[in-house]
Amino acid sequence: MSLLAGLGAGGGGPAPKERARGAGHRWLLAPGLVYLTVFFIVPVGALLATSLYVPVPGGELGQYQPALHWQNYVDALSQFWPQLVRSFVFAAIATLACLAIGYPMAYVIAVRARGRSLLQGLLLVLVIAPFFTSFILRTIAWKQILADEGPVVAALRFVHLLPPDGRLTATAFAVVCGLTYNFLPFMVLPVYASLERLDPRMLEAGADLYASPVTTFRTVTWPLSLPGVVGGTLLVFIPAAGDYVNSSLLGNNTNTAMIGQVIDARFFKVLDYPTASALSVVLMAAILLLVAGYVRRAGTEDLL
Amino acid sequence: MTRNASPDPVLRELMARAGSAGLSRRTFLGLLGAAGSAAALAACGTGGGTAASSSGPAAGTGGKAGTLRWANWTLYIDLADDHVTSPTLKAFQKSSGLTVEYSEDIDDNDSFYGKVKGQLANGQDIGYDLVTLTDWMAARWVRQGYTATLDRSAMPNTSNILPNLANVDYDPGRTHSLTWQSGFGGIAWAKDAVPGGLATVSDLWKPELKGRVEVLSEMRDTIGLIMFDQGVNPASDSWGDTEFENALDVLKAQIANGQIRSVKGNSYKEDLVSGDAVAVIGWSGDIQQLNFENDDKFTFAIPEAGGTLWSDNLMVPITSGQVTDAQKLIDYYYDPEVAATVAAYVNYITPVQGAKQAMEKVDPTLVDNELIFPSEATLSKVAMFRTLTTDEETKYNNQFLDAIGA
Repeated sequence: MSLLAGLGAGGGGPAPKERARGAGHRWLLAPGLVYLTVFFIVPVGALLATSLYVPVPGGELGQYQPALHWQNYVDALSQFWPQLVRSFVFAAIATLACLAIGYPMAYVIAVRARGRSLLQGLLLVLVIAPFFTSFILRTIAWKQILADEGPVVAALRFVHLLPPDGRLTATAFAVVCGLTYNFLPFMVLPVYASLERLDPRMLEAGADLYASPVTTFRTVTWPLSLPGVVGGTLLVFIPAAGDYVNSSLLGNNTNTAMIGQVIDARFFKVLDYPTASALSVVLMAAILLLVAGYVRRAGTEDLL
Repeated sequence: MTRNASPDPVLRELMARAGSAGLSRRTFLGLLGAAGSAAALAACGTGGGTAASSSGPAAGTGGKAGTLRWANWTLYIDLADDHVTSPTLKAFQKSSGLTVEYSEDIDDNDSFYGKVKGQLANGQDIGYDLVTLTDWMAARWVRQGYTATLDRSAMPNTSNILPNLANVDYDPGRTHSLTWQSGFGGIAWAKDAVPGGLATVSDLWKPELKGRVEVLSEMRDTIGLIMFDQGVNPASDSWGDTEFENALDVLKAQIANGQIRSVKGNSYKEDLVSGDAVAVIGWSGDIQQLNFENDDKFTFAIPEAGGTLWSDNLMVPITSGQVTDAQKLIDYYYDPEVAATVAAYVNYITPVQGAKQAMEKVDPTLVDNELIFPSEATLSKVAMFRTLTTDEETKYNNQFLDAIGA
């Protein structure tokens, strides 16, 4: 580019063309910028503003007026910190579980099934197949599978992994299982994309240099798949932390309530927009901080 | 950089012009963006529920002549075997020449209100000409002037309304709302799992039912029934914070000790069917419908101490311009035979006098069904939760949500 610019400066003619081309590139951003402004920046601004509103004195339910009432944040956090912490703990466990289950899956599809494109395609379709059904329906189906009179509980009771009056639905276990199940494809696909590019000759080289399979995995495969792992964990963790479908369908509302459920209830049940907005802002900020810290530690230049 | 390097003064001038044009385009875009966001913010502000004028919005013009858009709850009208078309609605469209766009868009009073309140406050069409909302929510709409006035003289059938529904505290004379169906809140159980049955709300707290009990997330039913159990009539004006908190303490204790498995909206029905719940606080019509699908597995009862009575009400939003046509539809559903047809399907209490006689023709087996045609004795055992003030509603809702953990 600089070479071209230098040539242009000599000739005089191509210079304006060059400039016009630069401006044209900038204009390509316009649709995205307008979209982000209308559907992201403006709503976030409205959210921030609403989080500081106060009720209209003597007003109807759900009527608020603009103010700078920072106390809303203190109140919201002191009342709902358990649900907030629980959301991050559940999301973290679900993310680890997704990694533990999803990595081997992605490895088999990307490395072991390499060269057999039919098998590879079939396995990938199986990973994506759950998306053909509604998220809600799949979660409700889990409720039936894990029900007290269902096969899973009966089997676990039979082998004494569950006491005779034990149960799975309406427990934290069920909620985390639901999160893991629902977000698993978001882990498998990015890891698959990374491992797919893995050159098998590197593994052979590792073996030739007398590295054990474990060492080869630790020093070759794992570092090369890291961009996929980082992408996958983010894609699982972020939506899982804000999810409220699993906790409301598979949970029991008191020991399993997550922050998304609280925001939903505050917004629709009691029309408490300031608290709901304050919690949303806190959730966004917390996720942003956690993700920023994580990405910095994991070093994701390769991602970009 | 290229600009300075250019030796030609004419070219330099041209580029300067282009530069200034680019700048102004950018400025223009910036201004446009700022104006757009300000307008959007302003819209969000009012839509999000900032102070609305107390005088209420003016009468609306929303909708299309000849078409009625009706929002109702799921399984709340007679349906043919295809589970889609309603025979009574089909007959009405044929006789009136109107088109009815019937939608099952309401699954929660609060969420529905949350979705349309911004438009209501601004006087914009909410997309419905008829809505079906529960008493306390209907009271809120009437109080805020969100409902059109109904001309009862144009609706002769509506004089068939049951005497105990003809006047309600939030709409005296019924000029803004008319009952669609009513029902009881009470206790229900699976016969095989609870062979001895239950008589009171306290029976739900028996040790053998631990972890298999579910209660409704509808505050007025769950708290109302516990209040009855504690000897307080939730319909009377004499109870206050102390009585409410006493009832709430019972709920909290039973959630904390694991007796109550979960607090559910409509989905308690699925848990009864799957067996996760064997005893519940639930609604009469739900249990009847479940029994049709599950060989009479369940029993519904009004507790000895008393049960709650609630109604869902047809109202025309102030934003709709189709009041005359909406009145025709309401009038049609107050015809005893039509009312009996609907009641035979939905199994809730019909508000129409004469529907019992008409039921002889529709389905004789239901004529003596106490849950569709309650006797005086049954009606004396139930009461409507009293209308709360705005402050009470905010406070109690918060306390209740806090207790159920959401």
